[in-house]
Amino acid sequence: MLGMNRKDTTLFIIVCLMVMLAPILLNPFPTESAFSQFNAGYPALLQRFVIFGILVIGFNILFGLTGYLSFGHAAFLGLGSFAAVWMFKLLSYNIVPAIVLSVVVSGLFAVVIGYVSLRRSGIYFSILTLAFAQMMYSIAYSDLVGKVLGFPITNGETGLQVYNNDPQFLLGDGPTTPHLFGWEMNGSFTWDIGGWSFVFHNGYYLAGLFMIASFYIAIRIFRSPFGLILRSIKSNQQRLNYIGVSTRPYMLTAFVISGMYAGLAGGLLAAMDPLTGAERMFWTASGEIVIMSILGGVGTLIGPILGAGVIKYMENIISTINDTVVHGWFSFMPDGLEDFVVAIVHPFIGKGWHLTLGLVFMVVVIFLPGGLVELGQRIGAKFSRKKPTDPASGATTPAE
Amino acid sequence: MGILEIKGVNKRFGGLQALGDVNLSIAENTVHAIIGPNGAGKSTLLNVLVGKLIPDSGSVMFDGHSVLGRQPFEINQMGISRVFQTPEIFADLTVFENVMIPCFAKRDGAFRLHALGSVGHETDIHETAEAILEDVNMLEKRHMIASSLSRGDKRRLEMAMCLVQEPRLLLLDEPTAGMARADTNNTIDLLKEIKAKRDITMAIIEHDMHVVFSLAERITVLAQGTALVEDTPENIKGHPKVREAYLGEAQV
Repeated sequence: MLGMNRKDTTLFIIVCLMVMLAPILLNPFPTESAFSQFNAGYPALLQRFVIFGILVIGFNILFGLTGYLSFGHAAFLGLGSFAAVWMFKLLSYNIVPAIVLSVVVSGLFAVVIGYVSLRRSGIYFSILTLAFAQMMYSIAYSDLVGKVLGFPITNGETGLQVYNNDPQFLLGDGPTTPHLFGWEMNGSFTWDIGGWSFVFHNGYYLAGLFMIASFYIAIRIFRSPFGLILRSIKSNQQRLNYIGVSTRPYMLTAFVISGMYAGLAGGLLAAMDPLTGAERMFWTASGEIVIMSILGGVGTLIGPILGAGVIKYMENIISTINDTVVHGWFSFMPDGLEDFVVAIVHPFIGKGWHLTLGLVFMVVVIFLPGGLVELGQRIGAKFSRKKPTDPASGATTPAE
Repeated sequence: MGILEIKGVNKRFGGLQALGDVNLSIAENTVHAIIGPNGAGKSTLLNVLVGKLIPDSGSVMFDGHSVLGRQPFEINQMGISRVFQTPEIFADLTVFENVMIPCFAKRDGAFRLHALGSVGHETDIHETAEAILEDVNMLEKRHMIASSLSRGDKRRLEMAMCLVQEPRLLLLDEPTAGMARADTNNTIDLLKEIKAKRDITMAIIEHDMHVVFSLAERITVLAQGTALVEDTPENIKGHPKVREAYLGEAQV
């Protein structure tokens, strides 16, 4: 279907269904139940799942296929957001010009940054991309461009947002929040059934459609001759040169495509919430993208999306668990023991969610080098009662 | 007029004259061996031919076009393929993918953005790749990951990757280096088969005299950076200058 083989089509349909049904599937606990804080089916988090999904799908085209580890990918995310907010400020809250410009701007920057950084490979490439991203972060944070021009461009520490006195030439009497030709992003429909309350949010579904489209393009790239050559770059660049392939334009194309994916994600973040700041470009944000990919499974199609989901879930759910909640869980224990258990759990929850993430990450990297996808494959192999496939054949095609 | 004409090539590394006025002509459809003791400049010459090194002076013409100053991928696109001392293959990819990539490079040139095509639908490429794997007796191993192949099969695979592009000149850099006798003989047979099946010019750089005298139709002896003598294998065997420079006291 749609030029994909059977396995990819199945995977694609599963992803489509997951995106469409996520507001229900990720809300398994009734609103009043003690577990409702583990529900992830609320719009702000769902949006993050799909938007960061787009970001890592694009990152995976670069890192997963070619093995070039960009450590400055958040710069493109930030650029996309700034471009989108500027479109809101200048034209109107319609997201179409905002998203188009965010993709174009990120793409142009990716051409320049890629052209320079791809002169080196390995760690030097990573450092060059990191340096570019940090320079751009500093420029944005101090609003250097704005100081030169005499009016704010990135608006420094305050961050960029839309003010009432902005020109907004095309605003007219249109909506005053981001919208797609009048269809407002923050609109939603709530379905109360039994103890549950499911929220279907316009912005989430728009971002979800973008993720599905991004995922589809990624599948096609993975299976194309272009994708095959990108994988061979990872494998043996020397051989590739000596059979007549110029690797530089292939690398640059991959870099620009993944930069544009990041720009799209940045534009969508701004479309969900029309403000942005330089911190979106900070190196920790770039590092998070790398961790998402590795946690999920580098070079696999679905892995990075899973990784993005897990990290965003932990960031938003584990960080909200506090000592009071944990006391509630262990209240059946005798007092002393309860306090003891809470004291042990304490460092891993709330602000300590990074510690939990770090431990999970270590376990995955040590025991599951293929990421969560490998976990899935192992479980699948156990259930189908076949002999587990040997690692060599598992690596044949970067399938799911 | 040979397909490859090397004239007056000089290359200096600091105080070392690696190549001094090398002249060499390789005729079309011959197997031409370049031999010489260690440090004779064989590898330097090869690196000049593939675009890795640029000589200080002289000319290297392939089929009437200069190869000097061109990138390796451009030289390949002109019709020169290279087999390395240790097989250079795409170790993480399948045997079939390994052979398909040079097919794409041959058909699409050095770069083509065919990002929305599908490898699975490229029937022409599949047929070409299958034919060459059949040729080197590796068709049944097409789904194996290349890194899991035996050393001999890796060599076969690399040959297949070069041959599938139908190069006009195949450069072989010590194709049997470090091989056991049986593997060496297999490689010789493989090269003989290849030569019998198609019109191809081969330039072999080799240490192993057994390989050289089994395959070569012409031999050039390099010593101390110059082409000492060029002749048929029979004449080379008895040539006094060669014995002196290269073979020393050893018997051939």
